[in-house]
Amino acid sequence: MTWGWPALAGLAAGSYALKVLGLLVLGDRTLHPTVLRLLALLPAALIAALIVVSTFANERELVVDARAAGLAAAGVAVWRRASFLVVVIAAAGAAAAVRAIT
Amino acid sequence: MPPTPPAVRRAAVTLGAAVGVFGVSFGVVATGAGLSVPMACAFSLFVFTGATQFAAVGVLASGGSPVAAIATGLLLGARHIGYGLALHPLLPRSRRRRLLAAQFLIDESTAMATAQTDKRNAAGAFWWAGLSVFVAWNLGTAVGAVFGDALGDPADLGLDAVFPAAFLALLAPHLRDAGGRAAALSGAALALTLVPFTPAGVPIVAGAIGALVGLRLAPPGADPADSDAP
Repeated sequence: MTWGWPALAGLAAGSYALKVLGLLVLGDRTLHPTVLRLLALLPAALIAALIVVSTFANERELVVDARAAGLAAAGVAVWRRASFLVVVIAAAGAAAAVRAIT
Repeated sequence: MPPTPPAVRRAAVTLGAAVGVFGVSFGVVATGAGLSVPMACAFSLFVFTGATQFAAVGVLASGGSPVAAIATGLLLGARHIGYGLALHPLLPRSRRRRLLAAQFLIDESTAMATAQTDKRNAAGAFWWAGLSVFVAWNLGTAVGAVFGDALGDPADLGLDAVFPAAFLALLAPHLRDAGGRAAALSGAALALTLVPFTPAGVPIVAGAIGALVGLRLAPPGADPADSDAP
């Protein structure tokens, strides 16, 4: 796969550019409280989108499969204020159990 | 920067271990798709963005051009602009530090940093998560690339459910105030709506619009829970 290296170089440079852009573009300026509030809300919106897409999307299809059971178990664990490790194990266990019986 | 609390360090290491397993599956998938072992490892070292790597290798494996692989990969990575903006107020201002921090700016480090209720711990949480995931992801890739298919499918152990679960735990602190809940709910709803109609990557980036909904419903000062005061 000789053309793998050019693809890799382009992806590495492009990924770094995307990552560094948001960190540097605002420079040293002091930000307005509304902008700061918006920036503080951005991860909530992006992470929630990341969660549902990685649970319910299969390519361009919406599906409910074992991952949904894992997320539900994680939801209960988070709600019960379980530790991070317990949340992760509950999710893996629930997803594996659903896969084993279906 | 105060010392990072032990609970944060433990969560960062746990997260690293979970992501390391995905590193193994990336190594398996990449070499299965025809990449050499050094190339698979170089992807994880230099691109260091899981979803982007999987997508790019998928395009290459299906006979796509390098340009198509780059375009698909970068579309999936576009959300990192939003992460960088969100981390802007939380990381030290040194430009050199930021140029270095950018390489470790990933879903996990952003989620860990922004999940800190005490903002003074945000930078420590960022570095602990970023470095722990970096080490585990690269070790995992090397193991997967070298040992390949002998390792089996991580999905059998329910490990594909670990990723959303970990992020749900990291989202929880954002849901304590009305603005965060509105941002999360609308971001998730928008992303799900777009999944059938847009290329992969677009739904997550579009989810960022949820932050505007949160801002509209709970502007600064509207919610006592926003206060930085302990």
